[in-house]
Amino acid sequence: MKYVDEFRDPELAKHLIREIESLVLQIGASEKEPLQIMEFCGGHTHTIFRYGIEQLLPKAIELVHGPGCPVCVLPMGRVDDCLALAERPEVIFATFGDAMRVPGSQKNLLQAKAEGADVRMVYSPLDALELARQNPSREVIFFALGFETTMPSTALTVLQAAEEGLKNFSLFCNHITTVPTIQAILESPSMRIDGFVAPGHVSMVVGVEPFQFVATKFKKPIVISGFEPLDILQSIWLVVKQIAEKRCLVENQYLRVVERDGNPVGLKAMAAVFELREFFAWRGLGSIEHSGIKIKSEYAQFDAEQRFSMPNLDVADPQSCQCGDVLKGSIKPWQCKVFGSSCTPETPMGALMVSSEGACAAYYNFGNLPQIRAAKSSNSKEQSKILS
Amino acid sequence: MKTKPAIPEIINQRKRTNTVTGETITMAHGSGGKAMRDLIVDIFLTSFDNELLSPLEDQAQIDLGQLVAQGNRLAFTTDSYVVAPLFFAGGDIGTLAINGTVNDLAVSGAKPLYLTCAMIIEEGFLIADLRKIVSSMKLAAEAAGIQIVTGDTKVVERGAADKIFINTAGVGVIPAHLKIGANQAKPGDKVIINGLVGDHGAAIIGARKDLAIETDIESDCQPLNDLIAALLSVCPDVHCLRDATRGGIATVLNEFAQASNVCIKIDETAIPIRNEVRGICEILGLDPLYLANEGKLLAIVPAERAEAALAAMRAHPMGRQSAIIGEVVESPEEVVVLRTSFGGERVIDMLVGDQLPRIC
Repeated sequence: MKYVDEFRDPELAKHLIREIESLVLQIGASEKEPLQIMEFCGGHTHTIFRYGIEQLLPKAIELVHGPGCPVCVLPMGRVDDCLALAERPEVIFATFGDAMRVPGSQKNLLQAKAEGADVRMVYSPLDALELARQNPSREVIFFALGFETTMPSTALTVLQAAEEGLKNFSLFCNHITTVPTIQAILESPSMRIDGFVAPGHVSMVVGVEPFQFVATKFKKPIVISGFEPLDILQSIWLVVKQIAEKRCLVENQYLRVVERDGNPVGLKAMAAVFELREFFAWRGLGSIEHSGIKIKSEYAQFDAEQRFSMPNLDVADPQSCQCGDVLKGSIKPWQCKVFGSSCTPETPMGALMVSSEGACAAYYNFGNLPQIRAAKSSNSKEQSKILS
Repeated sequence: MKTKPAIPEIINQRKRTNTVTGETITMAHGSGGKAMRDLIVDIFLTSFDNELLSPLEDQAQIDLGQLVAQGNRLAFTTDSYVVAPLFFAGGDIGTLAINGTVNDLAVSGAKPLYLTCAMIIEEGFLIADLRKIVSSMKLAAEAAGIQIVTGDTKVVERGAADKIFINTAGVGVIPAHLKIGANQAKPGDKVIINGLVGDHGAAIIGARKDLAIETDIESDCQPLNDLIAALLSVCPDVHCLRDATRGGIATVLNEFAQASNVCIKIDETAIPIRNEVRGICEILGLDPLYLANEGKLLAIVPAERAEAALAAMRAHPMGRQSAIIGEVVESPEEVVVLRTSFGGERVIDMLVGDQLPRIC
């Protein structure tokens, strides 16, 4: 298929892998002391697993799968709020598909739908706006979710709703930002990451500049990457090359999409509609300053948090769930106590098991078999011990 | 002055009144009275007419001796069809209701013989649409060489069903020498598919107006019994055979791997997929291996027969694009592994529920 297969060429991949291998040798990294490279974005995690990229890389490179899956990091309390909104009889609750299975403290949106809530799966916030036009007697709430990638479309939808004077449309805004989160990871004491593969679609919106601090302040190489397997391999090669040459720069591998200054139209719409929250809680990572986004007071009529009452409670993550440690890269998914035993894609306990972009679900569904088998059997042994 | 008609004439006129009038199905059409009789005679009987159906008894009466002569086991299956939209490129719910059940019989190696047809219709359904569906069923049944021998019609109130639901059950006879089962795959066996995967799923996506995707892709809805007969004639010792419908080829391969306690290794580059289908999957974040098919089978055959089986399938109009897509190996047991076009490997698991598109 044109413009797709070119980015999945196995011959070019072999060539890149040879280059990476020789750089790793030059650096002197080993399987015992590997280079740790974090791909922040869940889309990258998905590609890495889907194409089996991890097994192609030398063992001296360890990929750490970052917190860039907006579905995964949503705290349970927010999901409960969502469910409370969706279950109001006057509400049509519109959501992206992969948010349907995120567990709240009691249930998820799929279960709420089965119990009678009017939950609709949409591909775009504009679909939700159309629902509002078609159902003037109902309240349509769009579950706005995602990093900067999806923010412009949400912002433009609000502007459109305002222009049309729609009274029955609002957002439950759970947008989060990338930069404070990368900063929080870099400031974490257990952090051992040597370089970053930065999110391409976030950069398409915000541009290259916001990532400069990673190179200047924290002295880590960072490469903005596309989402095809060759994009990711090339970005890993660029990170490793920087390490070998002892340089720290923001480099842009995704030149065919990412402009230096991002998307000015999108940024303008975002600035008009959104502002930063003081704090926003992340599942597994806790509260991160200025990492959440809310709707400005000028557009309060489109803000579901202003218009409807919600439980608004903090619900602690289940104790045995180690999503936070996985997100920070301090343990691998299969090293979690509940991986594959009480936490599976069928009955996810932690958020990372929910979306196909979550690191645990990716390992479970696509992953490296021997490790998973070992983890599953040792976890079930441990469980039977606890039970007896 | 008109003369009073004789009783036989009146009876003749009453017979001619077995026609459905009006444009929509009403509760009367399911009431068991005259309106229902009209519906059955005018729409179902005239289309499906055969000597087992036409007595309109409460059951079809099938000669056991004839069945026994054809094999030693009865294949018996049922399936319900609740697809939306009802009409799509390459078929409709009627074609599905015939071919789906025919295929469920045929993958046992059985010769499909008889079908039942039960319909649950929402009041207000257009009679013209019902005629279209029944006419598709008639054509599909003829193409598959199967008879519809008994049926049932229920009409439910508006909102109690989504337009029309169809259930078909089917029987066929399995020849004594065949031993096909999901638990029969052996290491060394080859995996064959009879053509392009994902066409039906993609056609349904194309027919859904809310996604605003324009495509020429048609459903692959087709009966597989004749193709299977061709396959079995050169390879009577087929180990596993299943049609890949909901859940796609990924699901069937997992069923084989689990039931046979083996690993199935598939080569991504060998799987025939239309570029348009790949494109739709790229846009919507779906995996074609999980897309529904309605005329695709997966066969697991002994390695030494694989080439002959492939040639026989390719020689048949329903298997022109057949391909060997992988093989059975010993371990890891109960797992399907895909060798990606990129050179890596990944596990292909069953889905938890529906495929959910990703956010970004």
